[in-house]
Amino acid sequence: MSAGLGSQVGQLARRSTLRTLRQPAQIVPALVFPLFLLAVNTGGLKDATSLPGFPTDSYLTFVLAVPFIQGALFSVMNSGTDLARDIETGFLNRLALTPLRGAALLSGLLAGAFILGVVQAVVYLSVGLIAGAELAAGPAGALVLVLLSVSITVAFGTIGLFAALRFGSGEAVQGLFPVFFVFLFLSAMTLPLELLTTDWFHAIASVNPVTYLLEAIRSLLIEGWNLGDLALGFGIALAIGVLGMAAASSALKTRLVRT
Amino acid sequence: MTTATQRSGGIEVESLVREFKNGPRAVDGIDLEVAQGEIYGFLGPNGAGKSTTVLMLTTLLPPTAGTARVGGFDVVEQGPQVRASIGAALQEAALDPLLTGREHMRLQTALHGLGKSERESRGNELLERVGLAHAAERKVGEYSGGMKRRLDLALALAHRPRILFLDEPTTGLDIQSRTALWEEVSRLAAEDAVTVFLTTQYLEEADALANRVGIIDHGHIVAEGSPAELKAEIGRPTVEAMPRNEADRERMTAVLGRFGEGAGSSPRGVAVRLDGGESQLAEVVRALDSEGIAIEHLQLHAPSLDDVFLAKTGRSLEGAEEGEPVEAADAAVAPA
Repeated sequence: MSAGLGSQVGQLARRSTLRTLRQPAQIVPALVFPLFLLAVNTGGLKDATSLPGFPTDSYLTFVLAVPFIQGALFSVMNSGTDLARDIETGFLNRLALTPLRGAALLSGLLAGAFILGVVQAVVYLSVGLIAGAELAAGPAGALVLVLLSVSITVAFGTIGLFAALRFGSGEAVQGLFPVFFVFLFLSAMTLPLELLTTDWFHAIASVNPVTYLLEAIRSLLIEGWNLGDLALGFGIALAIGVLGMAAASSALKTRLVRT
Repeated sequence: MTTATQRSGGIEVESLVREFKNGPRAVDGIDLEVAQGEIYGFLGPNGAGKSTTVLMLTTLLPPTAGTARVGGFDVVEQGPQVRASIGAALQEAALDPLLTGREHMRLQTALHGLGKSERESRGNELLERVGLAHAAERKVGEYSGGMKRRLDLALALAHRPRILFLDEPTTGLDIQSRTALWEEVSRLAAEDAVTVFLTTQYLEEADALANRVGIIDHGHIVAEGSPAELKAEIGRPTVEAMPRNEADRERMTAVLGRFGEGAGSSPRGVAVRLDGGESQLAEVVRALDSEGIAIEHLQLHAPSLDDVFLAKTGRSLEGAEEGEPVEAADAAVAPA
């Protein structure tokens, strides 16, 4: 007697969602911190729009892409620490004693990241629009923006799962947070890539995938429908997700040594 | 030697070894056999190898050598079948503090593949049985230690396993919670013919619950049998007497010395193990009386499992703790 894969994923997704919703400490910082940085950046760098070649006259619209990436970074921490806690408390052993499949465990655990991703995207976009940001792609663009944001959040969540399974401790997972922030700061976070004139910074930002995730989001906000940028953004999110899932699956096999 | 019945719902272990990298042999070639419906108490101090054995028998840790069959299935070759046959409540109730008792039951029954309607009824039945129906909607983070242990037991029974592994199920519980758990475990074995493999470091727990006891120390089984057999094996009771006058203590020591070797006693008392067993008690009283030694207090102690442990290992079970190998404590979460 064994539950099907779909049923197992559903059960663990339900648990992951309940856990996320019952931990305001996971949701509130993931919403407030990026919005706080949005306000700081908008206030401090609004004159950047006067630079020749800046793609919009609204710095808020330009920098509104950043919270979506910052929010996704929180999903690394949240999904990772949740799983690390399961390892530390022995809950993973409880699950290991059921006919649970590894794929179901990982997919189910990402449900919390998915829910958080939806909430974050809706809140960031709503706050941005209320504050005066533009959305060139219109209402349909809002849906695509939410979808892209959730894809990025879930993709980053897989890295959290890998870290938890590899290191087995919540502290180790949380230690990744600053590392990921470095990726964000070394991207086209505050200026478009073509306006980054410092050679080394431009070189790093141009190979940093975060730059292209930001550009995909910005394309919807500033340009409308740029299918090339969108395809690149979704493609990078998919690649991170696939690589993260493969690494997490491999780490799970090592971690879960049941016969 | 093993019957088909034993094989279907019992446990057979031969020369089982678990050796950790750069560590000691946590389990060093143990053999044991548990029949269906039997409660087997695995007794030993911390670090003796109890939990490592349970992890191997529940398929969460591969053995280094040896064989083990649980419910008729090989723990290495037939892991999924073993897991379908067993329920386990491992050390430290592994529960999610953010979920309610009922949500735990739903998750556990669903992952074991019970149908939707059966999940609800089985969950209710088990919550009722372990006395948690009233707290089913409360988050587990608000449960007491005893409630968590009872929920842990209910979860282990979700899929009606034939064999139940309980790893130190009452550690840290108050007497009432401990007694309630003992009653439930006894009932499971007696009425449902569930085989119970129970590890404990509490002598009274093994004594009260187990049909047979295996004593493990340094990864070796040093004694095995029913509690009565084990006690009878080393079997001499101890008599402890206290003189009414402190001045008579020396003479009392000399008199009691005729009946056996000295044993630990209270500061004012004198204790000896009776060579001739408890039938010598009357003789002891007569001897003290004939010497004119007035007795303040006289007590006969039956041999305990601690005496058995002492006799087999040269140490008392209390205070015999050692460090658990890191990998053993880490259970299935340890990289291979």
